[in-house]
Amino acid sequence: MVVQKNNFSVALFSVLFGLIVGAIIMLVFGYNPISGYIALISSAFGSMQDIGGVLTQMTPLILTALGFTVASTAGFFNIGLSGQALAGWVGAVWYALSFPDMPAFVMIPSALILGTALGAVAGLIPGWLRAQFGASEVIVTIMMNYILLFLGNNILQNTMAKSIKESAETTKQVGHNASLQLKWLTDLTQGSSVSTGIFIALIMIVVVWFVMKKTTLGFEITAVGLNPDAAKYAGVSAKRTAVVAMAISGGLAGLAGTIEGLGNYLNFFTQNSSPSIGFDGMAVALLGGGSYLGILGAAALFSVLKIGGLGMPMSSGVPFELVDIVIASIIFFVGANYLIRLIQKRIKAMDEKAAAQDAAKKSSKAASKQAKGGE
Amino acid sequence: MSLVAILTLVVSSTLVYSAPLIFTSIGGTFSERSGVVNVGLEGIMGMGAFASVVFNLTFANTFGTLTPWLGLVAGAIVGLVFSLLHAVATVTLRADHIISGTVINLMAPALGVFLIKVIYGKGQTEPISQDFGYANVPVLDKIPFIGPIFFEKTSAPAWLAIIVAVLSWYVIFKTKFGLRLRSVGENPQAADTLGLNVARLRYSGVMISGILGGVGGAVVAQSISLNYSVGTIVGQGFVAMAAMIFGRWNPLGAMGASLFFGLSQSLAVVGAQLPGLKNVPSIWLQIAPYVLTIVVLVFFFGKTRAPKADGVNYIKAA
Repeated sequence: MVVQKNNFSVALFSVLFGLIVGAIIMLVFGYNPISGYIALISSAFGSMQDIGGVLTQMTPLILTALGFTVASTAGFFNIGLSGQALAGWVGAVWYALSFPDMPAFVMIPSALILGTALGAVAGLIPGWLRAQFGASEVIVTIMMNYILLFLGNNILQNTMAKSIKESAETTKQVGHNASLQLKWLTDLTQGSSVSTGIFIALIMIVVVWFVMKKTTLGFEITAVGLNPDAAKYAGVSAKRTAVVAMAISGGLAGLAGTIEGLGNYLNFFTQNSSPSIGFDGMAVALLGGGSYLGILGAAALFSVLKIGGLGMPMSSGVPFELVDIVIASIIFFVGANYLIRLIQKRIKAMDEKAAAQDAAKKSSKAASKQAKGGE
Repeated sequence: MSLVAILTLVVSSTLVYSAPLIFTSIGGTFSERSGVVNVGLEGIMGMGAFASVVFNLTFANTFGTLTPWLGLVAGAIVGLVFSLLHAVATVTLRADHIISGTVINLMAPALGVFLIKVIYGKGQTEPISQDFGYANVPVLDKIPFIGPIFFEKTSAPAWLAIIVAVLSWYVIFKTKFGLRLRSVGENPQAADTLGLNVARLRYSGVMISGILGGVGGAVVAQSISLNYSVGTIVGQGFVAMAAMIFGRWNPLGAMGASLFFGLSQSLAVVGAQLPGLKNVPSIWLQIAPYVLTIVVLVFFFGKTRAPKADGVNYIKAA
């Protein structure tokens, strides 16, 4: 199992160390880390539009992180979240553009279901190949990321009708009947592209928590992840459960992609590489440490870093890539939590030593007092 | 197009695309033979590409045509240093190998582009002036028929890669070091009992993967992309990892698989010039290597077996 339960302090230390690494790098290359981080904070929270940007960024990260966690609970390393998200994105936008006259109350639910289903199929294939043939899901999902990337671009460039495209590389914007953006939300956040998606993502945290913790299916997925043989002995079909877990995982990624398409960008355009929400979602899940509130917190943190990072070059000259270095460092410390536990142990040992010394001092004082009293 | 011309085109472009995969997949083989899973090959290649381009741009005037070769050395050194991050995390700090590898992959493009912006003030470099281009292999290019196809105007790094593959096979299967490396990858406890230093051997496995992965990245940068940007290394490291698994953790097998991937990648590029493939839509040629990888993986499963302790941290009993 990749996602381990972190205690909160490991996560906190990792974030702290990651930010320190970032500060050291800024210092080494002649930037002022304090003004760098101030620029980051002020461009993440400076205006309602920035906050809208943070929420927009959080939405897919929450969903891909949930997807990663479900797969990981079943013992799968789903590195194919990007491809699964892309499948949902392309499918939903294509569908929305093909039926511009469908009423919104039919279009939006059906588009969300379609995008989720496409992601689920893209996740189901590697799950089934591993359950049935033992083919490593790491390799299969990596390969499928490329297949889906090329297929997505090819559908856009060669298959989609000219009438729904803005240019060879971009589709037209989806109509009002398919857009997830809400007028009051857009106005409130001064034109940011935050959408209903953020509410969907928050609801999905609760739904996935409920399914994983409170239902038989969730129990079976957990059991298979912990020990497939024991689960089988107890009458759980390990193969079926693994496939279902990967389908749920892919479905959540597909939903993330759908919301990117219908909520954030409102179109699809040629991708040069797999969308980064897949890998960033993995990072969120790893920092969140398998806890559902942890995922929310980690997604918020990384989104603040990413959106704040966009403002760093303008006001402090620090290249945007610094925040990706910080994020990578945070995950490094999460992975190497043995180091943090070691440090915590040392601190604890030092505390205990100090406490023991204090106690010894006190008792010797008391003893000397007693001795004095005895005189 | 004559048969010789077609073969020459296919062979030379296959070699160009295979060379980085051969180096990197063999690097991965060393790491995994020692028991450390290395999904960070992609990131290591990225740092190698970065280092070689910076070196090439800085020293092209000083070293002339020798520059790309020294660029390989620069890539190797930076790859080695970067791989230490993975070694420290997995061997010393007992991190999960896949998390650590993912960190390497997240870190490399960010660090590379960050440094490029610091050095050159923009997100990608100028094209390098001294690249590998095409070279003739002396003597061998005079062989009739075979000479022009394989040894005339060919990729010099590819032939170096093939030599490295043979040497690596010898090192892993025929030397004392290789035996020890394999033993810590199969059963570290037994190796430790016999007095081998498990940590040191695993460090060397990862460090060799850093050197070869760095060289692989440097080859991509100096013979294919010819500059450095965030898009220089996109996926070659993952393909190299797949080649290593196909090659069953054997350098010669990894080389064979890399040549296969190189061939299918080159067909996607030169296919349009070939008579039989002209009418095949390019999308099929683009996705073919990845679909074939999955098919072969499913089909040949059972015959591949990773080193037994691959990905398992060895925690010495106190």
